[in-house]
Amino acid sequence: MSSPRPEPPLALLAELTHRCPLRCPYCSNPVDLARASAELGTAEWKRVLAEAATLGVLQVHFSGGEPLVRADLDELVAEAARLGLYSNLITSAVLAEPGRMQALASAGLDHVQISVQDADPASADRIGGLKDAHRRKLLVAAQVREAGLALTLNAPVHRQNLDRLEAIIDLAVELGAHRLEVAHVQYYGWALANRAALMPSRSQLDRATEIVTAARVRLKGVLAIDYVVPDYYAARPKACMGGWGRQFLVVNPLGEVLPCHAAPSIPGLVFENVRDRPLAAIWADSPAFEAYRGTAWMAEPCRTCDRREIDWGGCRCQAMALVGNAGATDPACARSPDHAAMVSLASEEATREADDFVYRQIGGLKPA
Amino acid sequence: MSAAPANLGEASVPRLAPGVKLRHDAARDRWTLLAPERLIVPDEIALEILKRIDGKTSVGALCDDLATTFGAPREVIAADVLALLGSLADKGFVAA
Repeated sequence: MSSPRPEPPLALLAELTHRCPLRCPYCSNPVDLARASAELGTAEWKRVLAEAATLGVLQVHFSGGEPLVRADLDELVAEAARLGLYSNLITSAVLAEPGRMQALASAGLDHVQISVQDADPASADRIGGLKDAHRRKLLVAAQVREAGLALTLNAPVHRQNLDRLEAIIDLAVELGAHRLEVAHVQYYGWALANRAALMPSRSQLDRATEIVTAARVRLKGVLAIDYVVPDYYAARPKACMGGWGRQFLVVNPLGEVLPCHAAPSIPGLVFENVRDRPLAAIWADSPAFEAYRGTAWMAEPCRTCDRREIDWGGCRCQAMALVGNAGATDPACARSPDHAAMVSLASEEATREADDFVYRQIGGLKPA
Repeated sequence: MSAAPANLGEASVPRLAPGVKLRHDAARDRWTLLAPERLIVPDEIALEILKRIDGKTSVGALCDDLATTFGAPREVIAADVLALLGSLADKGFVAA
């Protein structure tokens, strides 16, 4: 490798499992979900955490699937705390028995992020594909606050819940959340298969942006709201993951190390495994990380663009999904030759009256 | 819930909000304020203020300490401290 040694990563996304009681049609897990028998064990995860801390990682996000299905979660949280890592639990929250959040707080957990599918319970349960899920989430959110833990509410938004954004913001305040992420669905994997059922209209989006702008002023110091305009209606791409292989790494349930949780959607990338090589070595020179790290891989219009070290070419997975070439400029960028096609695709799909979902399931994509 | 900056005064007793931690980053040899999905690298002045936020020390006592330690005019220090704490409270990093 001729490239200089990369700066160390800041954050690790630890995908402990792909098992989850919810079946959200926009799940960020790959379409080919890992089975429980293939998951890394407790000792392996502890070694990954220690290697990550030594490498320079400061924050670990325990995610999945649903991380609460792992019987060793408390033990892993305690290990992260012992190593000085800031720990975040990303959870659907439906599986937490009473006392569960207090136990995790005692183990050293710093923060909990709970997803909600909607503010309307019936709609939320339909989107998540699980009866009574919404009511159980609200109980667990209260547990989080009683345990003294910081709470973020994560609301994936799309055509079928965006009109209730005000109610979602109210819900975050009622639950005592410190932060709300209004997260427009990202269209890879499961969400790509469901895009025509999820894509919001331009007018829905403009209304949502107005609501967030007003709420940020009204709730200053009470609730911080994170909000990013969705790619299909944006003029500039996001610096996906802060740039490929720059700040962030993912270890999936199988132990594969990925630059981004959606990276398996790019054909030809080979992911090294923590069972075979130390994390630091994989971060430093694994071909999957080197593939799109920095700017040397870029073609025009990125190569000579004044923003190439601001957005790092945007999202590789989106370029793959929409242009068929992971090395192309993210079509979310107005400078991409494929941008106009992306915008018209969004406008067209937003007006479809096809609201049925293909739900997430082990075994991959099958028609509903 | 975090206080609005208008409520911050010399008598306030600031603390880091739940889920916010100040820690030394050994790999990069610098201090970092860690929060959910966010990370701030404080400048030298901000760091001296943050290190004194313990949920017990009032803003007034904190300003006295900084004025003595750095031999600077207290009113200048107090203005800096209140501005920083107000900004951190708005972002949800500090509660008072």
